[in-house]
Amino acid sequence: MSVVSIKKENIEAVMKDEKVIVSIMPAANSEITTKKVVRTVAAKKPSKFAMQTRSFFEWALPPAIGILLLLATWSLISYQTPELPGPIKTWHSAVEVFRNPFYINGPNDMGIGWNILNSLKRVALGFGLAAIVGIPLGFIIGRFQFISRMVAPIISLLRPVSPLAWLPIGLLVFKAANPAAIWVIFISAIWPMIINTAVGVSKVPQDYMNVAKVLNLSEWKIVTRILFPYVLPYMMTGVRLSIGVAWLVIVAAEMLTGGVGIGFWVWDEWNNLNVEHIIIAIFIVGIVGLLLEQTLIQIAKRFSYE
Amino acid sequence: MGKTLPQDKILQDRYVLVENINMTFSTKKGTFEALRNINLDIKEGEFVTIIGHSGCGKSTVLNLIAGLLEPTSGHLFCNGREIAGPGPDRGVVFQNHSLLPWLTCFENVHLAVERVFKHESQVQQDLRTMDALDLVGLSHATDKRPSEISGGMKQRVGIARALAMEPKVLLLDEPFGALDALTRANLQDELMRIMAKSGATAVMVTHDVDEAVLLSDRIVMMTNGPAATIGEILPVDLVRPRNRLELAEDKNYNHLRAEVLKFLYERHAKKAA
Repeated sequence: MSVVSIKKENIEAVMKDEKVIVSIMPAANSEITTKKVVRTVAAKKPSKFAMQTRSFFEWALPPAIGILLLLATWSLISYQTPELPGPIKTWHSAVEVFRNPFYINGPNDMGIGWNILNSLKRVALGFGLAAIVGIPLGFIIGRFQFISRMVAPIISLLRPVSPLAWLPIGLLVFKAANPAAIWVIFISAIWPMIINTAVGVSKVPQDYMNVAKVLNLSEWKIVTRILFPYVLPYMMTGVRLSIGVAWLVIVAAEMLTGGVGIGFWVWDEWNNLNVEHIIIAIFIVGIVGLLLEQTLIQIAKRFSYE
Repeated sequence: MGKTLPQDKILQDRYVLVENINMTFSTKKGTFEALRNINLDIKEGEFVTIIGHSGCGKSTVLNLIAGLLEPTSGHLFCNGREIAGPGPDRGVVFQNHSLLPWLTCFENVHLAVERVFKHESQVQQDLRTMDALDLVGLSHATDKRPSEISGGMKQRVGIARALAMEPKVLLLDEPFGALDALTRANLQDELMRIMAKSGATAVMVTHDVDEAVLLSDRIVMMTNGPAATIGEILPVDLVRPRNRLELAEDKNYNHLRAEVLKFLYERHAKKAA
């Protein structure tokens, strides 16, 4: 420790000396002197630990300020609106909710953990089906001009439709709430995967396709050795967008269909006028969505050839 | 397909035959006549370069022989058969190497081998792949990805991939254009060695006069586009094996070089774009 403190003093002493020189020196020489100061300081680096702490704070400070700002705004609004609970009240309520996340008191009163898992299950099913259908469809559309032109009007027509508009159709066809919710996820998650995959396929450089022609590759080899590796990053972008949409839609769909799920939970708590729980649900939805996306980004990184 | 040449013609002298080729592209601004009335015959084992200013359609001629393009009118033959699409008898070395970045050097070459020699065993295919890489001096880099090797090495892999198919005709589209002068010279020497060994026919597109004279048996000089055609064909009667250092002071070499330069910069100079 003593060594460190001596060093610090040294640096300070040097800096002081230099400053004095700078002030005495004529202006023309000041640039050179400043450089010298920088060099002296750089030569006596602060310890590695200090550097790491510093870079950690530089990394963590902006997001921390952002979150604090959010909490401050929230507190301010809740102060003005007595019905809206503030951060502290919500925190206490959250601790209570997560104390026992997996209790079951009958079908309409289950722990938050069950609600989240049920929502995730629906999303996984709807999204999985969308991937199974959407990705191969994207390949076919990207590969064959005729089919691309054929489905272009269908896609442009159906894609902008609000996800929930599909719910009545689902209820009508499946005659049950749960498959209808999965259907809504499916139909809203499929578009980004179709479109991104198709765009990727259509962007495969002509050079690679010329190689395929010259080497006389079979359609299977073209797909596995050229198209798939090239399209993978595009496809993963589509998958990421899709999972975002799916998670976005599930809350709304479950509000309408009921059952066990985070969306239903929100609606139930609104009926009970338990506003803390609604805010908790908002955070849960946000955090789970974030985790889903981050997981997919990590998977995408693993599979990218670059 | 369809039309075949009469048997009495000597195939060896007209191994690759380009007959009355016209090529017109339709673009957004209307049609563009790239080639007009191209006639060329190439002997078996001959090394022919096509030289001309950029945009004269020399790569188009090569793509036509490769079967990547179909002529608007006219016919192309290889070994007496009309060319209808690419085939394993014609290996192509692309200008920008066109290796697949997600495959290793070995896998890139193997892709060609497994298609052409699909009836051979896995071991035999692997051997062929290694032989091809060995031929271009890259047996040490088989497991590297294209992004991990230099431009010259990438082009070597491109050559290995084309040669691994054991083509009768090797088509090279400005294969050394993107390389520095020293690497280019190295690869030119190696290409001469490989071609002498394999005895294959080669058609190479280039804009490098020295390269054309050094490597070719004949130099096909093209006029400027649009509607480019063959201006002159210059036979290069220098003995093989050729040595670039000896040739540098060779009278005949310098005369041939001057001939090509005169064609390109006197008779068919390209106006500055």
